[in-house]
Amino acid sequence: MQTTHSLEGEGLSCIRDDRVLFEELSFELVSGQILLLEGKNGSGKTSLLRILCGFREPDSGAIYWCGDEIKESRFHAQMAYVGHLDGIKKELTVFENLKISLALSSVGRYPIDEALAKVHLGGYDDTPVQALSAGQKRRLSLARLLITENVLWILDEPFTSLDKQGIALIESLMTEHCANGGMIVLTSHHDIDLPEVDVQRIHLS
Amino acid sequence: MSLSRAFFAVIRRDLVLALRRRSEIANPLLFFILVITLFPLGIGAQPHLLQAIAPGIIWVSALLAAMLSLDSLFRSDFDDGSLEQMLLSPHPTSVLVLGKVIAHWLVTGLPLLIVAPLLAVFLGMPNHSLGILLLTLLLGTPVLSLIGAIGVALTVGLRRGGMILSLLVLPLYVPVLIFAGNAVQMAGSGLPVDAQINILISILLMALVLAPLPTAAALKMSIN
Repeated sequence: MQTTHSLEGEGLSCIRDDRVLFEELSFELVSGQILLLEGKNGSGKTSLLRILCGFREPDSGAIYWCGDEIKESRFHAQMAYVGHLDGIKKELTVFENLKISLALSSVGRYPIDEALAKVHLGGYDDTPVQALSAGQKRRLSLARLLITENVLWILDEPFTSLDKQGIALIESLMTEHCANGGMIVLTSHHDIDLPEVDVQRIHLS
Repeated sequence: MSLSRAFFAVIRRDLVLALRRRSEIANPLLFFILVITLFPLGIGAQPHLLQAIAPGIIWVSALLAAMLSLDSLFRSDFDDGSLEQMLLSPHPTSVLVLGKVIAHWLVTGLPLLIVAPLLAVFLGMPNHSLGILLLTLLLGTPVLSLIGAIGVALTVGLRRGGMILSLLVLPLYVPVLIFAGNAVQMAGSGLPVDAQINILISILLMALVLAPLPTAAALKMSIN
């Protein structure tokens, strides 16, 4: 029952403060694939991700989701984004944070308890987020990907502040997501090592 | 995935957040009380003058208290990325924004309503105009939150948006101030105030329907 989805960028360019970050960038991504954006700081990786999310308009070009130009609600129902900012409220508990994410989206593959166990945060349900370490917060924001229904993950430096086990954990979750017909666009300074997944690379300079 | 569930979840979350950082509720309320209690001290022993300007004092203080509380509406969500997540939700942003504004009003507007009658008595306002004062506050303060939301949404991405925010929002607050102040004044002299109340109701209804849309659009611009 797996349907194939596709994400296609055509002739994208981004200009910021009179500086051309990238021009005529095209790519195509289908279910089961990962797109890794590489490049040095300030080369436009985050800008490209934010264009894909719909936060920014590309200065030229267009993005197609399953053949149609991205129309917000349909596209947004099938994607999830974890950016530089965690998007979690430090005054709320772990459980409350995930609950609100769930209410804003639709129910996904895992219930909250299982997702927390998967990112090794089981038993932290009632802990206020401000008591968590940076790595734990990162894992919490990644848990959001598991509890909501989505096909496309857009991850901006997902490995920041994670330890070795954390990185291995996220890599295994990414492999699992791709095996289930999902797709991922991410930026990372850490070289990802995923032998089972078809990884495309775009180098921005 | 139901819209009403998301709407109430947003309200609930903001109320819980407000409870956990109480200064946010206390600040505007304290400001409101302080300004009103300072007026009699500044004016001196002139009870008639005080009584005459009481509706104006209460309404101007309420308006400034509302302005003071506006920045907290989207600031923390903008800073920690919750706003991005809200905009990525498949639900219409304007409805979620309305939820946030309602929660904001419950936290900052409603407490003013509760203490206003007390302060009105303190300023020597006649008892028969207290009901109208409450009614104008009930109709007027949500408008302040709704219109203010547009201004905050436009300025939340700026480093120092405070000054621009006041310039943007204050002129739009003036009609509410005029009609509400006038209604309370006239009720004090025993005159009918149906017209002013009807106008306030219509302003509220218009703001309820029209304000969330530009707010949502402005947030999308600010996040970029």
